[in-house]
Amino acid sequence: MDLLSPVQTGYGVWAPLAWLIAFVVVTIVVYLIWNMGESSYKKGTDQVRPYLSGNAEPEKGAVHIRASNLYWGYLQALKGYYDTMVPMHTGILTDYIVWFVAVTALLLVIVGGLS
Amino acid sequence: MTLADFIVTNAPALLVAIPLFAAFTSPAVGKISTAARNLWVMGAMLLTAAVAFILAFRVFSTGTVIYVFGAAATTLAVPLDSGGIPIRIIFTVDAMSAFMEIICAIVGTSVLLYSLSSESKNTSLEGYYALFLLMITGVFGMVSTGDFFNFFVFLEILSLASAGLIAYRIDGGLAVEAALKYFVLSTLGAILVLFAIGIYYGQYNALNIAMIAQRMQFTMLDKIALVLLIAALAMKCGAVPMHFWTPDAYSMAPSSVTAFLVVASQASLYGLFRILFTFYNVTLNCVTVGWIIIILGILSMVVGVTMAIPQKDVKRLIAYCAISQTGYMLLGVGVGLAVLGNAALSNAFGFVAMEGGIFHIFNDAVFKGLLFLTAGAIFYRIGTCDLNKMGGLGHNMKYTMIFFIIGALATAGIPPFNGFASKLMIYESVYLFNPILAIIAMVVSILTLAVFVKVFHSIFMGPQLPEYADVKEAPLPMLIGMGILAAIVILFGLFPQLVVNGLVAPAAHALTNQGGYISSVLGGA
Repeated sequence: MDLLSPVQTGYGVWAPLAWLIAFVVVTIVVYLIWNMGESSYKKGTDQVRPYLSGNAEPEKGAVHIRASNLYWGYLQALKGYYDTMVPMHTGILTDYIVWFVAVTALLLVIVGGLS
Repeated sequence: MTLADFIVTNAPALLVAIPLFAAFTSPAVGKISTAARNLWVMGAMLLTAAVAFILAFRVFSTGTVIYVFGAAATTLAVPLDSGGIPIRIIFTVDAMSAFMEIICAIVGTSVLLYSLSSESKNTSLEGYYALFLLMITGVFGMVSTGDFFNFFVFLEILSLASAGLIAYRIDGGLAVEAALKYFVLSTLGAILVLFAIGIYYGQYNALNIAMIAQRMQFTMLDKIALVLLIAALAMKCGAVPMHFWTPDAYSMAPSSVTAFLVVASQASLYGLFRILFTFYNVTLNCVTVGWIIIILGILSMVVGVTMAIPQKDVKRLIAYCAISQTGYMLLGVGVGLAVLGNAALSNAFGFVAMEGGIFHIFNDAVFKGLLFLTAGAIFYRIGTCDLNKMGGLGHNMKYTMIFFIIGALATAGIPPFNGFASKLMIYESVYLFNPILAIIAMVVSILTLAVFVKVFHSIFMGPQLPEYADVKEAPLPMLIGMGILAAIVILFGLFPQLVVNGLVAPAAHALTNQGGYISSVLGGA
């Protein structure tokens, strides 16, 4: 039956419903283990306040890590790549046209010459 | 003839006639009241979608449908006194065309429903809806036509309407600048397409796709025409290194328009695939041209995702991811093309790679559309797309956050969402062709997940920020629009084989079956 049969990938199969059943079973097991733990959480008490080694809690906006601060290490590690790629995206229309014309010319050489 | 018979018989023509008529009459209806105009455009879109589904059902159950405009019978492709040439305008709707029509119908309906709320505060809505319906007309026309000159006409309709809508917000001139870039490049691309049409007409005395395909000799002029078409249509679908217009246009257009621009780009991708497989097929050097498509795909995947990571504007970031996802489609279909001349390799993995690439077109239209709509919902509520200014919105916009998670996980190819199914088909079949390409595709998926972790954290996580304490959830029509796409993402993810067997495999067969396409038009003379 199509509805339940797996997808043939050319190398193997993918059966999402089997995956889903396994996911649900694992989730239930995890929930049961979690549920066996000690329930000491009390909402609205000092217990829920962040512990910052006795320092005052900063304003909400100050503790949120903004987008520009994420993946700093990744961007530094690939600095050479980004130093080339980002300036390539100049935003100038004539540059876009040059790329388009250059690719067309290259394709003409490849298809005209090799095929 | 009953009304039902009339609709079934004339479905291909109605597919472009209804949105075209509604586009030009919507400004007049808008003079009555806003509600009347909304009802008019939504009614037209629903009717067009219904016609698209009826036509697709007919195609998938009985085979290719041809529709000849102005003929005594709608199936009379070659008039007796025409010298054997199909001289009239013909729509040839095979399974691949029907597949694209379903995408356009679903995304178009969801986006238009979303627009009723998202654009309600703006002025010049008469122009907005007229242009949006012209975009719908353009896409339906491009994927349905069996006449190459008409393909150019609908491409132009689509490009002009898209440029108008990209500039819609003006935004201190930035949106107009983005539209100008899109418009100039689209016009340049259209000139190349027109030049290629001239080459074919000069050689084969025909504009009909089936007729040109039947007479194809693959002369040097045909090679030049092929290159012009590959360059023009690859640029229009945002393939690297001709992608530069994409982030500019996608980020400056209203989100609803951007969501449909994804489908517009895919219509160009359809055009590219149609030319490669229906025009040329095995007459061309499949290995060389296949590798050109594969390299365009790999470049798009890698450059798209790596350029997405440092972006600070959420729509610009998603636009780069859209470029990256286009790469998967090019990779899958490129591998299928590269082994097209070898039956053994085609059967072993080439056809599955093509199926994966074609399946990913549908999936990308849905999940990428969903992501752009969630970005639009956020902009609608907080008035910025700057990720650095966002945070903690998960407290206020829970449904939008859930829709974003669904779209993001599907884009990254995480099971059980639809993106995983199509990507897995691409990974495993491409691995048999060249393991390095499959590894690159998997690494790009991991990077895509990293991109969306950043976006999710920046927008939704963290404490509720004081400036957004009063932000409300997106309005109901916007949620319904997003909900429809999210439901499809989940359903296609859970039952992929149903989609592959019912829609994707017939579309891939139709695309590769050049003889079938030709005989459906010329064999019926």
